[in-house]
Amino acid sequence: MAEKKKTCELFDCGHRACGGCGAALTARLVMQAAGTETIVVNSTGCMEVFSTPYPETAWKVPWIHSLFENASAVASGIEASLKKQGRKEKIVIMAGDGATFDIGMICISGAFERGHDFAYICYDNEAYMNTGIQRSGATPYDASTTTSPAGTCSFGNRRPKKDMPAILAAHGAPYIATASIAYPADLKQKVEKAINTPGPCYVQVHAPCCTGWGFEGDQTIAIAKLAIETGLWVNFEMVDGKVTKVKKVVRKPVEEYLKTQKRFRHLFKPKRQDAEIALIQAIADRNAGKYGLDINLRKE
Amino acid sequence: MMEITEGSHAVAEAVRLCRPQVVSAYPITPQTHIVEALADFVANGKLDAEYITVENELSALSACVGASAAGSRTYSATTSQGLLLMTEVVFNAAGMRLPIVMSIANRAVGAPLSIWNDMQDSISLRDAGWLQFYAEDNQEATDLHFLAYKVAESKEIQLPVFVCFDGFILSHTYEPIDMLLQEQVDQYLPKFDPAEKLDAKDPISFGMYATPEYYLEFRYEMDQAQKRAKDVIAKAGKEFGTMFGRDYSALTVGYLLDDAETVIVAMGSVCGTVKDAIDEMRAAGKKVGLLKIRVFRPFPSEEIAKALSKVKRVAVLDKNISLGAKGGATAIEVRDAMYGSMIPVKGYVLGLGGRDIRKKDIKEIVSLCENGIGDQFYGLRKELI
Amino acid sequence: MTLAVGCRARPGKSRDNKTGSWRVFKPSFDHEKCSKCGMCQTLCPEGCVHEDAEGFFDPDFTYCKGCGICATECPKEAIAMNQEEK
Repeated sequence: MAEKKKTCELFDCGHRACGGCGAALTARLVMQAAGTETIVVNSTGCMEVFSTPYPETAWKVPWIHSLFENASAVASGIEASLKKQGRKEKIVIMAGDGATFDIGMICISGAFERGHDFAYICYDNEAYMNTGIQRSGATPYDASTTTSPAGTCSFGNRRPKKDMPAILAAHGAPYIATASIAYPADLKQKVEKAINTPGPCYVQVHAPCCTGWGFEGDQTIAIAKLAIETGLWVNFEMVDGKVTKVKKVVRKPVEEYLKTQKRFRHLFKPKRQDAEIALIQAIADRNAGKYGLDINLRKE
Repeated sequence: MMEITEGSHAVAEAVRLCRPQVVSAYPITPQTHIVEALADFVANGKLDAEYITVENELSALSACVGASAAGSRTYSATTSQGLLLMTEVVFNAAGMRLPIVMSIANRAVGAPLSIWNDMQDSISLRDAGWLQFYAEDNQEATDLHFLAYKVAESKEIQLPVFVCFDGFILSHTYEPIDMLLQEQVDQYLPKFDPAEKLDAKDPISFGMYATPEYYLEFRYEMDQAQKRAKDVIAKAGKEFGTMFGRDYSALTVGYLLDDAETVIVAMGSVCGTVKDAIDEMRAAGKKVGLLKIRVFRPFPSEEIAKALSKVKRVAVLDKNISLGAKGGATAIEVRDAMYGSMIPVKGYVLGLGGRDIRKKDIKEIVSLCENGIGDQFYGLRKELI
Repeated sequence: MTLAVGCRARPGKSRDNKTGSWRVFKPSFDHEKCSKCGMCQTLCPEGCVHEDAEGFFDPDFTYCKGCGICATECPKEAIAMNQEEK
């Protein structure tokens, strides 16, 4: 075998993420975009837990974990300190959807309102995964989690995803983007933009979870692609609150995405739930309308 | 330099002289004057700091965690409800061994809501790992901030510190203060230079998680740091005395202890009232003394046992209550310090929610103690219950 | 080993955890079919796929968890997953 080329990974091997973990890939890709002059602030959650069981740390940049809800506030303090010390490191917050959409709302709102300079990367696996798959504000409609389980009287989570990008746009964030591990080059570009745009910037990364969503680990990227191709996840950019770029797709019916995951199995077994599937299709259709997703194929 | 100033402003000036690089502020009565004064300093170029107006107290202390970990001396202030709201961060900051100093303008906790003074807030967090200093007057409130940073930042300690002083009674009262000059504070308190910080030049992971194989030892190390703090306080306090004439080496301070038969143990501003009452009781022939606790964490068990070894009885005043236990925190811990001696220790819970404590109350408590009556609330309005 | 104050650590020790022991399925990389696109390296959640001097790719089996993403995503189907014999 020929000699190996040196690669510098700032998120090291030996971490304890599940095989096929979307969040682990997110961490790797974000760090490739961020580089060595970065301080990472990590909320409690899967990423923090699988990367730092004392004394093993997978992080090769300065990294801090405080609590579940306060990464934005900790980052605010770091930013102030770096300013006083005349230091140039960039601050990247890494937080799951639970930490971002729910428990961290107060701290995020305050930090964005004050306009601190950092990039907030939310790895969105659409539930509280580290605690064993519980419903969060990011859990999509009809997804089964342990606290929104499908059952004889329930189709699972009853609420649509909270629109975090819109909330942060309302705070005046200069740059906001959604991204997916299915499109790693695009993800890295957006993370770089978020890091290099002064002010509080936000990138929400779709990071499918094989353990929590119920699919085989080798399907992580394929499922992330399907989310975009069905219109249930939209990749876009917002500059100063206005949507500037959208990834257009030739849309597939949502069923192709839903049937790949155990968290939506109750929509098909024991009985097909056409009404519920139609409601989910309506969500995708609304996304398509709102963001102009559809590539119109015209037969000449 | 002597000045007559409000307690809050004296504290703000002391903090200013310590040159914090990052100050985070959320208003709450009766601390608000401190953060307002600091904002004023920053706005007028008297304090070269980043001032973060956070959106809640949890963020106030979290910003300090970030700033301290990144290598800055940092400061915040709170009380009562604010302290309870940031409780998660209080435990977190101590466990992360960050030398943050926070002023607590002691105030009662709800429910029921009360803005007035007692010590329930800081006392309720005595398990968290922060050192706790309690000021008797505004001079102590001022000086204890210099001591706090020095002790917190020492390599042997690396634990955060509460500097506690009674809300309204001290924070809003004008007293003569001998305020140190900038050159003096710079001499006493060197620049903050942590051995480890968030720095791309030497990447470190802060705040990892500990499995059962390691957690116990991490907590043990914190307890050891608390135990080492006694000597570090003694050294730093003595140095302060040598340089500025006021010695803070002692964790407890006696007043007319030598031949006392009854000793009152107390913390905070009530000690002033106690001393006045003692003077009057002494004039009437009663041998009463005071043992003031200035440092509550680490708890000065040996010092208390030694100081009280020859007395006839002990009356412990608590402006706090551990509901469901046998009284307030100080009485419980003093009794533990006196374990093995036959000297009776009686606790009195009083002054909660700002209920005034007068000289005659102290005298009455001494009488109760002499008659073996204690371990109760003092000063209840019988007509209400 | 003495404890680090405040539960901190410098980089490197995650490598003590040889996650290759987790594997059930093992990837085999066929360089004949490989087009050197690098997607396997890009998409590996472990970051354990390395490029050699000729531009081909191989996993580091010390850390490869056998998740199979590389095999699924390889545009040339140059990676096969086989049950590992232990």
